[in-house]
Amino acid sequence: MASMLMNPIRSCSVSSSWAVRFGKLSFVPITKLKILIFNYFLSVQTKSKKTLARPGVKNIVLVEGVRTPFLLSGTTYADLMPHDLARAALQGLLKRTGIPKDAVDYIIYGTVIQEVKTSNVAREAALGAGFSDKIPAHTVTMACISSNQAMTSSVGLIAAGQCDAVVAGGVEFMSDVPIRHSRKMRKTMLSLNKAKTLGQRLSLIGSIRLAHLSPELPAVAEFSTAETMGHSADRLAAAFGVSRVEQDEFALRSHTLAKKAQDEGLLQDVISFKVPGRDIVSKDNGIRPSSMDQMAKLKPAFVKPHGTVTAANSSFLTDGASAVLVMSEEKALAMGYKPKAYLRDFVYVSQDPKDQLLLGPTYATPKVLERAGLSMSDIDVFEFHEAFAGQIMANLKAMDSDWFAQTYMGRKSKVGTPAMEKFNLWGGSLSLGHPFGATGCRLATTVANRLKKEGGQYGLIAACAAGGQGHAMVIEAYPQ
Amino acid sequence: MAGVRAVGVLSRLTLRRYNVFTGPSYRSFSVSPAMLARTHVNYEVKGDVAVVRINDPNSKVNTLSIQMQKEMTEVMNEVWENNAINSAVLISSKPGCFIAGADINMIQGCKTPEEVTKLSQEGQKMFEQIEKSPKPIVAAINGSCLGGGLEVGLPSAFDMMLTGRNIRADKAKKMRLVDQLVDPLGPGLKSPEERTIEYLEEVAIECAKGIANKKISLRKEKGTMQKIQDYVMSFPFVRNQIYKTVQGKVMKQSKGLYPAPLKIIECVKTGVEQGPVAGYLAESQNFGQLAKTSESAALIGLYHGQVACKKNRFGTPEREVNTLAILGAGLMGAGIAQVSVDKGVHTILKDTTVEGLARGEQQVYKGLNDKTKKKSITSFERDSILSNLTGQLEYKGFEKADMVIEAVFEDINIKHKVIKEVEAVIPPHCIFASNTSALPIKDIAAASKRPEKVIGMHYFSPVDKMQLLEIITTDKTSKDTTASAVAVGLKQGKVIIVVGDGPGFYTTRCLAPMLAEAVRLLQEGVDPKKLDALTTGFGFPVGLATLADEVGIDVAAHVAEDLGKAFGSRFGGGNVEVLKTMVDLGFKGRKSGKGCYVYQPGTKVRDVNPDIGDILEKYKLTPNPSVSSDSEVQYRLVSRFVNEAVMCLQEGILNNPLEGDIGAVFGLGFPPCLGGPFRFVDSFGADKLVNKMRQYEAVYGNHFAPCQLLLDHAKDSSKKFHK
Repeated sequence: MASMLMNPIRSCSVSSSWAVRFGKLSFVPITKLKILIFNYFLSVQTKSKKTLARPGVKNIVLVEGVRTPFLLSGTTYADLMPHDLARAALQGLLKRTGIPKDAVDYIIYGTVIQEVKTSNVAREAALGAGFSDKIPAHTVTMACISSNQAMTSSVGLIAAGQCDAVVAGGVEFMSDVPIRHSRKMRKTMLSLNKAKTLGQRLSLIGSIRLAHLSPELPAVAEFSTAETMGHSADRLAAAFGVSRVEQDEFALRSHTLAKKAQDEGLLQDVISFKVPGRDIVSKDNGIRPSSMDQMAKLKPAFVKPHGTVTAANSSFLTDGASAVLVMSEEKALAMGYKPKAYLRDFVYVSQDPKDQLLLGPTYATPKVLERAGLSMSDIDVFEFHEAFAGQIMANLKAMDSDWFAQTYMGRKSKVGTPAMEKFNLWGGSLSLGHPFGATGCRLATTVANRLKKEGGQYGLIAACAAGGQGHAMVIEAYPQ
Repeated sequence: MAGVRAVGVLSRLTLRRYNVFTGPSYRSFSVSPAMLARTHVNYEVKGDVAVVRINDPNSKVNTLSIQMQKEMTEVMNEVWENNAINSAVLISSKPGCFIAGADINMIQGCKTPEEVTKLSQEGQKMFEQIEKSPKPIVAAINGSCLGGGLEVGLPSAFDMMLTGRNIRADKAKKMRLVDQLVDPLGPGLKSPEERTIEYLEEVAIECAKGIANKKISLRKEKGTMQKIQDYVMSFPFVRNQIYKTVQGKVMKQSKGLYPAPLKIIECVKTGVEQGPVAGYLAESQNFGQLAKTSESAALIGLYHGQVACKKNRFGTPEREVNTLAILGAGLMGAGIAQVSVDKGVHTILKDTTVEGLARGEQQVYKGLNDKTKKKSITSFERDSILSNLTGQLEYKGFEKADMVIEAVFEDINIKHKVIKEVEAVIPPHCIFASNTSALPIKDIAAASKRPEKVIGMHYFSPVDKMQLLEIITTDKTSKDTTASAVAVGLKQGKVIIVVGDGPGFYTTRCLAPMLAEAVRLLQEGVDPKKLDALTTGFGFPVGLATLADEVGIDVAAHVAEDLGKAFGSRFGGGNVEVLKTMVDLGFKGRKSGKGCYVYQPGTKVRDVNPDIGDILEKYKLTPNPSVSSDSEVQYRLVSRFVNEAVMCLQEGILNNPLEGDIGAVFGLGFPPCLGGPFRFVDSFGADKLVNKMRQYEAVYGNHFAPCQLLLDHAKDSSKKFHK
């Protein structure tokens, strides 16, 4: 209902919404206003598409986004801790933007597998990165869309008028994960703390059996179904009839495009990072274009022996961190920044964690487009999170199916598929890597950078996440 | 193998996940593109693989009927003759069912054991042909599947053949019954069911191709254990020991009342010792004989009865029960809650005390958690099921209840108080059901403002294990109320009989005279253990003394007294004071730790309660030797039960003999091999039974007076309860 009411207002005219903005900007120094007016005319000349700005809604901008190189876990970052990576990303952002260390109002980080020593990794990283200790920081978790949540939380804080400048980011560190003692052992150890006499202690120690010593490993499995994500992805691919060849082709595409982007120096969000005790790292190390023959040799990794998801067509375990600076447009301009893009409408969706675990993009895409009053063909840049090649292909098929839209999504018709010539052109999670908590910011920054490079106006990011959740956000290019 | 098939009929090998099974037992099929007028089995050729589809057009499940066997043989021959086909896939077109077993009606339709033997041999021939086929065959199993034709290691084969248990797919894989598992798929571009079958077929075809061009090896390396086992099994002495052990186990469990397991051992023995030809022959002959035994008829009768009692003959109720309120969180109340929440019914469990409520909620939790431990549900499913349960002490939320089941103490005054309280808070459409085991429903309904909405729902303890639900209607109960109660029962997974109102309804009324007789036997000096042995020896799954402890001595005393008042001296025999004295001393059965036996937590061994000796001494009776042999004692107990059941039919409490049989077997544990009291009268002979009763009547008086309907049947041997 609300969106139906909003649409006519939104489409009524560009000029009215701009008028509102001018009204608001009356406090801005004259020089800035001139630039704005100049920008306005420029944008009218070069863009035929309308802006998504709407009256009464604050314009929120992505000023800059950076990330550490994404590395295969167990490689150069192996001896670090999660907050070290997050700190590197924050320092990179500070360096790139030159923002004063006390000019940020808030810091939010997303992460999935938590290091128990630094469970609020946002705070530890912010302190270490030299941000003022007066800036509050919190950590969010929402599986693979954790940093998306960090970004949209920032948007929320700014939209509500509580903050003007927020740093959002994400970090994941798979080189070291918390492996726990078994529950029995933990219980015994906790009781030992309380034991008062030597006799009590000895009898507790005596109760330890071999079974107590088997450790508990974190698994990339759904708690509700106990199914690993790869297994679910394989079933999803089978349900949509995605063949092994299709998956391998898509994975190869991802690696080839990533390699090309890396070679051409397009991945400008990557910062150099002097790893303590090691060399300077400045490149992602998971990009490995192979051949179809090579990939065909691999055995299925999850569903054996007839499955189709292999190590080569899945994203790999990755270490990495990302960070973005999100601001209200006024504040950004006031501080003299040239924002990269507007962060516009976003949605979160969730569905059956068993059979539709990885279909988030299918559900989120039509919803967010509807909200923004756009159609698939309006989008110039797509950045979808590639968890598995099979998952991407299944989502593309689902988005192209009227039957699926009608039967499972309660929609009248399909939303359609993104044009592949606009889709993940600089590689994706399959090739660049997928540090769970950090991928969302990479997607948003990549969209902003690609819009700038390719001259498009609208970008769309979408991602699936464990728990059967999903996210999509529309990003609009900032007038050049 | 026929044995497996026979067992498979009643309790199928159910594979909940979907399996691709390749193996030496299913080998080859041949087909030519002529499919013409075949209705049950068809095939198409995909590449060099023949996809043979099984689909019985007349039934929800595929069974090994004559037609199916015939067409299967035809199709097989065509697959064989066609040189373009190198392998075959066998698959069912029905989602969730491969082949459910032999067609039970086909077996029933046979007049003589020889006919069944012939059928069995034809089946064997078909399976043998498949087994020896030169072209590999992959069976793509989706849903329930009989064990027939599965070649498995001897020890596990024994276990499966004898118990006919349901095996989960992952377990079947471990037992090497199946070679490969295919997980069911979720929504895709087609419905999950449709796509899963399609996917299963795709995987099976790849598998068949792989076997045909030797990419997939069928030979499995035997493990060290298997090698040792094979070596040990090569000694006849060891094998004989195993046969003996298994036979002993079977005898202990079945008391020799069920002939099939023993015959199965015999067949396996013949097959192993004298070769497959002799084995197959013995199997088919024994199968033929078994199919025509009275036990087979009884079990088939129960099967049909169970199917009939799983239908709602009162039609679809006007509204579905989405919110169920249960009063009293005791053993019964919590049990009813447990079987409701896991069916997605929002259930309110109300008690009057925090302690009572906590105990009840814990019972529901434990029931579900035990399932989690057995891995039949995940801990997550347990939690989400439990979210349907609301435990509370007040009547909050009753305004949304569609049905209230009361399971409060068996006292008419309390029931009246409760019904008035409840009627003040429930909506007009809400049904009030009473879970009473003996109080007449019309007496309870007397306090109601809307007697058409009052009904009896008699559950059996433990509710999650006992399949029966006895629904009691009064003259005033509306048809829609009955339909609704049956619908709720069916949702809870119950087998339902609907009976008329009266003291003790049907089940309790039948049990009471038998219990009275049991008390008399105790007074006559029969030890509880002996009493248990005699009743289990007759085929009751639980001995009478144990049953009394399970039901509760206080409940038994209550019922005996109430029904004694209602029915007079016919319900006499044992002295009610025996039970009452036990209750006074706190011997209320298992729940109080002492009854006929002493129960100690953590141990299954139980001794006879030494203190009841004094009570029995006090009420001692002198046994009459002419009616006190083991066999006479058994008939004294059973004849009173059966006579009362027949009288219920005579008085119209029972709607038909079928429900009477189902109620007695599923609710009271009447020997399943006898098929229920009515089938027992048919097979034993009403005249013989009457003669026995007359003999006992001469000693004990009218406790054993046969009822008119029984006398009618005794007079005219052509009269049968089951046609």
